[in-house]
Amino acid sequence: MTGAEIIMRALEREGVQTIFGHPGGAIMPIYDAIYDSPIEHVLVRHEQAGAHMADAFYRTSGKVGVCFATSGPGATNLVTGLATAQMDSSAVVAITGNIPQELIGTDGFQEADVYGITMPVTKHNYLVKDVNDLPRVIREAFYIASTGRPGPVLIDIPKDVQIADFTGDFDDVEIDLPGYDAKVPVDMTQVEAAIEAIKAAKKPIMMVGGGAQTSSQEIMDFANKLGIPVITTLMGIGAYPAGDDLALGMPGMHGTVTANRAITHCDLLIGAGMRFDDRVTGKISRFAKNATVVHIDIDPAELSKLVHAHVPVAGDLKDVIPALSSKLDKLVITEWWDQLKEWRDKYPERYKTDKPLVSQEVIEMFHEATKGDCVVTTEVGQHQMYAARLFPTSKPRTFLTSGGLGTMGFGLPAAVGAAFARPGEQIVCIAGDGSVQMNIQELATIKKHELPIIIAITNNGVLGMVRQWQEMFFEERYSEIYLADSNPDFQKLAEAYGIDGYTVYDRETAKSLIPEVLAKGKPAVMNFVVYQSEHVFPMIPSGAGLDEMLIGDQEEDSAPIESQLVTS
Amino acid sequence: MKNKHILSVSVRDEPGVLVRIAGLFARRGFNIESLAVAPSGQEGISRTTFVVTGDDNDINQVEKQLFKLIDIIEVTNHTDAPFVDRELMLVKVRVSSPDDRVEIRQIAQDFRASIVDVHREALIFEVTGDEGKMTAFIDQMRSFGIIELIRSGRVALTRSAADDRVEQPNPLNFREVAA
Ligand SMILES: Cc1ncc(C[n+]2csc(CCOP(=O)(O)OP(=O)(O)O)c2C)c(N)n1
Repeated sequence: MTGAEIIMRALEREGVQTIFGHPGGAIMPIYDAIYDSPIEHVLVRHEQAGAHMADAFYRTSGKVGVCFATSGPGATNLVTGLATAQMDSSAVVAITGNIPQELIGTDGFQEADVYGITMPVTKHNYLVKDVNDLPRVIREAFYIASTGRPGPVLIDIPKDVQIADFTGDFDDVEIDLPGYDAKVPVDMTQVEAAIEAIKAAKKPIMMVGGGAQTSSQEIMDFANKLGIPVITTLMGIGAYPAGDDLALGMPGMHGTVTANRAITHCDLLIGAGMRFDDRVTGKISRFAKNATVVHIDIDPAELSKLVHAHVPVAGDLKDVIPALSSKLDKLVITEWWDQLKEWRDKYPERYKTDKPLVSQEVIEMFHEATKGDCVVTTEVGQHQMYAARLFPTSKPRTFLTSGGLGTMGFGLPAAVGAAFARPGEQIVCIAGDGSVQMNIQELATIKKHELPIIIAITNNGVLGMVRQWQEMFFEERYSEIYLADSNPDFQKLAEAYGIDGYTVYDRETAKSLIPEVLAKGKPAVMNFVVYQSEHVFPMIPSGAGLDEMLIGDQEEDSAPIESQLVTS
Repeated sequence: MKNKHILSVSVRDEPGVLVRIAGLFARRGFNIESLAVAPSGQEGISRTTFVVTGDDNDINQVEKQLFKLIDIIEVTNHTDAPFVDRELMLVKVRVSSPDDRVEIRQIAQDFRASIVDVHREALIFEVTGDEGKMTAFIDQMRSFGIIELIRSGRVALTRSAADDRVEQPNPLNFREVAA
């Protein structure tokens, strides 16, 4: 058998059912082997999109996502996708063809140093030089990608290795990774310390992030047993049901007033499977100043990286949370809850509708129509923050967004990856008119497979998030954010791809059309022409503390745009 | 408080492993003051020794981030326990007069520096020792004129009776990482 055939067999052995990829010269032997393989290959129209699809496949299914690309330009196109997966700890295995080894280093046709280029954007990477290493390398790649803190792994395979005769033992796949500990043993002394800290707390909160997506049940049991308030970061949405009695919403730059105030005033903060990103903490020196911080993470390097952990617990939430739970009872924190409820009642999600159609109501209409019972993907910008706040899902692994890297162009291909991971489920991609154009070519992939994806474009005619910053922090000097004069007609564009397209201008049509289109279970692009100058509020200006929040429209009787600085 | 730390790192001899380490340092803004790489005595494993400066938090991050690299097997911070460190230096010193020559040789003898090359106008010395000795030697020779100088970077071992490396007091393990 050739290397290429071995690769396909090894992928089969890993249980791979779907590969997202694009062929090219240096990977042709592998594509020839695909021809006979039972694994489904999805032909993407840009390798970046393929990487996002693989990433989303993992996020929604928990199974490693796989993408293929050719050497040089194919492989460099993957880089944004790999970096996105790396930042959000998503298990992806990317396989790239490379030029024959004898040409590597000579600036050969379509040569790029993919091994070097992808080192900083992967958890690990390989350049395979011997065909007989393939079974072991592929086994290791899946193992590394999916264990510990998940992440992308790239395997670069020169063409001569793909065509070489395999003479090794296909079943000899013993993992040889002396420097890798997949499982972190839980330190029980730290668990004891955490239990004492929790017992002593009068104003505790728990903040869960992307790492909690795999331990949602444990988190729910723990929170309900203790009656502890739960904050979900952008990446944690779905790991704890939004709208639940104990839920305070999202923290950080565009977090809820309640969540941010709770952080400022709490005396104990349990961070679980989250990494204190600067968009969550704001200015670190003002972050949770009064709190004992218990930080639980599977990656020991995250502990005390940014926020000092008084009680650092390295370990899998699946082990740590039940260990905590078993030794704790309901917390008596009535006064704290009274305070939190007061804030929550005073500052519900609120926005103005005294204008033409606004993005926020469109997004909320989707929430109402689906009851949050679908997979949501987002692009990046204002609509992303609105979606996080107004369209959070209630189940783990159902809210897909590029949190760490903030990659415009993620949402549309992510919807495709999710559709393959969860056949038959409704997928809604909340997009901006800017971001959606960054991987719009994948409408072809959606059409080809008739995927039940609705792409809801909140078309404000501008790069809205940039516009908001320019308005607030750059004296309304609107530099290079205007799209409306040259946007395509998204409805016609969809139709050109053979997909149903709609253009919606008013709230009545929006309200009736959304459930109607959802009911069709077909791909659709819905172009909602919305008000241009909407703002995401509340907002913590970059560099400020969580207690220095601009509340804006959230205040009951504030002027529409003029925001007040509220120090809590 | 910023301090110098000597880290020993056992790495697998994989192509690109040094690039991984160097890339990590660059990316995370850690400064390497010196770096030495050599085979470890165990097949397939090299030992790299770093000198890095930073406060306890910085160094803790360096150790943990290094440990995360798949090809890194062990990270030991020697600064936490008694250790021996050595460096090798070659120094070319100007010899301007016969008197100087005598004096230079005398100083070298005091430092147990050996002469490895002799020229009418210069001598090359080989000096081994810890950092203090290197600095003192350089200071002594400066007045004669140092033409060229090269240092190997420091290497270190923890002082311990155990001959099995795994038994060293400070290999990084998860418990310590967490603490
Ligand atoms: C690839 C990429 N380029 C640039 C940015 C910077 N950026 C963040 S939000 C944004 C505007 C997004 O506009 P749009 O998609 O129309 O969404 P809106 O904010 O209007 O809802 C930009 C340019 C980014 N996040 N990603």
